[in-house]
Amino acid sequence: MIEVLALLILLTVIAAIITVLTSNLLHAVISVGAVGFLLAIVYLFLSAPDVAIVQIGVEVVSLVILIRATLGREVQKLKTVHAVVGVSFAVAFVAVIGLFGIQVFNAFPQFGIPVMQRFADAPSLVYLQSGLAETGAPNLVTAVLLDFRAWDTLGEATVLFCAALGAVAILRRNARINTDKNKEESS
Amino acid sequence: MSAPPRRLRDRGTGMSMTVKTVMRWLKGPILLFGIYMVLYGHITPGGGFGGGVVIASAFVLITLAAGQKEGLRIFPLGMASRLDSAGLLLFLVIGWLGTWWAGGYFFENYIPTAETARFSLFSGGIIPLGNLVLGLKVASALFLVFTVLTAFHITDELLGETEVQQRQEDKS
Amino acid sequence: MIYSLCLLLILIGLYGVIVSRQTLKIVVSLLIMNHGVHLMLLLVGYRKNGSPPIVDPGTTIADFAAGAVDPLPQAMVLTSIVIGLGVLALMVALCVRLYERYGTFDVTEIRRLRG
Repeated sequence: MIEVLALLILLTVIAAIITVLTSNLLHAVISVGAVGFLLAIVYLFLSAPDVAIVQIGVEVVSLVILIRATLGREVQKLKTVHAVVGVSFAVAFVAVIGLFGIQVFNAFPQFGIPVMQRFADAPSLVYLQSGLAETGAPNLVTAVLLDFRAWDTLGEATVLFCAALGAVAILRRNARINTDKNKEESS
Repeated sequence: MSAPPRRLRDRGTGMSMTVKTVMRWLKGPILLFGIYMVLYGHITPGGGFGGGVVIASAFVLITLAAGQKEGLRIFPLGMASRLDSAGLLLFLVIGWLGTWWAGGYFFENYIPTAETARFSLFSGGIIPLGNLVLGLKVASALFLVFTVLTAFHITDELLGETEVQQRQEDKS
Repeated sequence: MIYSLCLLLILIGLYGVIVSRQTLKIVVSLLIMNHGVHLMLLLVGYRKNGSPPIVDPGTTIADFAAGAVDPLPQAMVLTSIVIGLGVLALMVALCVRLYERYGTFDVTEIRRLRG
């Protein structure tokens, strides 16, 4: 079980390495899709069916967006940084962050024992024990999302709204045409 | 400065006959599955986010297979942006009713669930309502973002804002 | 050991952000970092041989609470994934706009072509 999980995450890491090291932009986009779909299977193994469903749907839409942004434009070969100084600086920076990360992950509980088991009155334990009685919804992820922590969901909805608003505002054609016209008139 | 890219023309015809036929078979079941996930999100895996994403991907499939014109005929962009805003506002209203109508705190679950009604569709108080509103919001926002990012020409008519453009024409 | 693999995923994304010169490649690397953080949050809440946090009509609440995985990280990751898609769309929109303006995805070229 754990071995299967480790193997799947290893495949994910390999796909991520291909994404970063490949010189073709389209290959990078397709292998990041492989990362996303492998992670959906990992989430199923981690007993998170809700997250897996959302991950698959989101990955489909984001892949379509990324491939559309890549295709139809002159996809020139990526010029990777040839300077030895740049690459060595990047590797050193990542290594320092990695050392800090190892320190952080050492403080985590052992894998397979959730954090909520260390404390008797952890919030997650309360949700598990009294979630059905208090909200009446058997799916506790939805109960946490829309009842116990609905404020977070409200903030999430606002962020999604603002992101959609920003994308429409950036890509609108008329705005740019009008500014060009204004520039010509003023000059 | 290099030459600006040649703009590709969207012929609006979509993909081949085979893809269109398969799309015609599949769009109903995908849409139905998304609606089922939104409605039964408090009992089975799914919920507003998952169901909304699945509904949006059904419209993405229609747009990709049958062309942009067909996709925008079924789900106009102006309607998508309006549903997006309406979903956010309705979600706020659901939370606000907890303080105003039930006299409790923000996002209080003011509809009690009877012991016998558990594991049925009408249970969970405000959770199915919130799922419905969030599904509406996520589906329309994702379709809006997808169409804007894959469209070739975003104009104000596409967004259903003809008055703004007329005002600008009057000014000039 | 699984935690180290997860950390590796985040570090690969960070390396890609530092090294790559094309805007879309930076976006893709940020996506990998995003995936790594989601995976870390879900791994922290996992219980060995745990069941999904959905109550079965047949089981008692005590049995369920002793065997289910943590629902809180799952709910937070659920919102984070959808936010990630919105932010990705915003970043891709900026990249497409930059490409239309300068005709390239290369960051150094864009810097040279200022004005």
